[in-house]
Amino acid sequence: MSERIDVSIEHKHAPPEDGGRPHPNTCPDCGSHYRDDELEANLCVCPQCGHHFPVHARERIRQLADEHSFAEEAAELRSDDPLGFFDLRPYTERLAEAELSTGLGEAMVIGRAAVEAQPCELAVMEFGFMGGSMGRIVGEKFARACESAGERGVPLVSVTASGGARMQEGILSLMQLPKTVCAVEDLHDSGGTLISVMAHPTTAGVLASFASLGDVLVAEPGALLSFTGPRVVQQTTREKLPDDFGLAESNYSHGHVDAIVPRPELRATVARLLRLFSDGA
Amino acid sequence: MAREAELRLRDQLSRLKSLPLLRGARLEGDLERLQKQLDHLVEQPTDEDIWHSVQLARHEDRPYTLDYVERLFDDWFELHGDRHHTDDAAVIAGLGRFRGQTVVLIGNQKGRDVKDRIHRNYGMAYPEGYGKAMRVMELADRHGFPLITLVDIPGAYPGVNAEQHGQGGAIARSQALMSRLRTPIVTCVIGEGGSGGAIATALADRVLMQENAIYTVISPEGCAAILWRDAGEARKAAAAFKPDAAHCLELGVIDAVVPEPEAGAHADYDEAARLLGDALAESLEIFEGVPGEDLRRQRRVRFRTIGQVSATR
Repeated sequence: MSERIDVSIEHKHAPPEDGGRPHPNTCPDCGSHYRDDELEANLCVCPQCGHHFPVHARERIRQLADEHSFAEEAAELRSDDPLGFFDLRPYTERLAEAELSTGLGEAMVIGRAAVEAQPCELAVMEFGFMGGSMGRIVGEKFARACESAGERGVPLVSVTASGGARMQEGILSLMQLPKTVCAVEDLHDSGGTLISVMAHPTTAGVLASFASLGDVLVAEPGALLSFTGPRVVQQTTREKLPDDFGLAESNYSHGHVDAIVPRPELRATVARLLRLFSDGA
Repeated sequence: MAREAELRLRDQLSRLKSLPLLRGARLEGDLERLQKQLDHLVEQPTDEDIWHSVQLARHEDRPYTLDYVERLFDDWFELHGDRHHTDDAAVIAGLGRFRGQTVVLIGNQKGRDVKDRIHRNYGMAYPEGYGKAMRVMELADRHGFPLITLVDIPGAYPGVNAEQHGQGGAIARSQALMSRLRTPIVTCVIGEGGSGGAIATALADRVLMQENAIYTVISPEGCAAILWRDAGEARKAAAAFKPDAAHCLELGVIDAVVPEPEAGAHADYDEAARLLGDALAESLEIFEGVPGEDLRRQRRVRFRTIGQVSATR
């Protein structure tokens, strides 16, 4: 873990590939470029400037959970296409492509886990799967995670990264807001705990439902946490947006999150909270 | 493929025929129109029909919450303010007598003329509007008054202040509170049911939609801008995500469709109000005498099971 990570010279300021889009391993803040293993070894945080790169769901689970403690649940669930939705391409094609590129069946992975030997349930979102959008299966998985946590009497830790509801499932995706809200309320009624970790970006339908209902709300530095994204706000209102619009830091100063926790401290922080809440029951 | 389509159509037809719809209009004169509307619903709405609903839902003469309040409530007493620092005029709240009983009403309100529209912020609520709604929900719960919510919102306000005041969290907490209430809740979407801004006050025991209302996860323009990269493709987007009442009913998102006057609600406010009033009264009747604990349990089950994916394993 503590071995030194060198940014090789030829990688630094790597030229953007494919038509101006920066490489995902190039830091958007300082331009440093890393190999996959370099980033992973540093929890996907830029060693030069501290920028938090996105973390895939499986990697996030590796970062948070004790080794070999994670037992996935409901992995078999797949979305279907309730509306026969077709925009420029069929929804089913987009789903298949997302599964191929992420290796996940949907934009959320749930399962039992332990963090520093504290048992819990994890529900982790994958932004790479159609922008982490919440359709019926994401809603269903989250609800099952609440139920599993409630039945076992352990806290649920959610890690969100989502652009909001999945448009391709139309009104049914909006219905995932009340569905996940009801699931959290059932969990709370049974004495359960939700610890909500908001990663970049936690927006729209996910922010406006379960992610905001945690007993404790923790955000990652620099994460965008806004109901409406900056571009739409700008277009609709023509207001000048503050530089920190919607960022975790702005949410913190306005009182909407409890803490901003840098990723290297996240695991210990979650474990601390799990220990604190385990006393209540 | 054709076989599959036929099966699906037959399945839809049988479900649509046994609809619990169009209740709330018991008078004989209604029967003919109801039959017509049923026929209309049984036919799959075309893309044109869907766009027509979008236009009617946004019609500038469409009756708004206060138009219905005026016609349906006696002794209306409007309640103002979120008890923190402001009164959001885009959200109406109040107490009144509805068909002989005291009820609490929460509704979205758009403005009629330019000045009024600005005052009402085009019907787009700030987090403070949901704060006002929540404290009035608590009032209803405290006194066991049934809660009626009328939904007509293009979307929660997308502004810098709204974000800084916690728009997302407010919408989440408003839903959470509704899931806890031990008093009956009936919601009707009377115009635009715009996304999170709408669901914030629509977590009800029974959800109705007027015939020409729409209920959407994102505006057709917003969807078109994202998926088609052209807001001008709103018609295509609307046709693809099917926000009309018939489809919402078919998908199990709403429980019944409330009929409107032949030409639409804007053509005859009194008749539209009568039809809406009947539907609301019938809905409230269903929950009379149901213990509060059962109400909220069933309410949560309702939303837990909407759109359940059946063939996923």
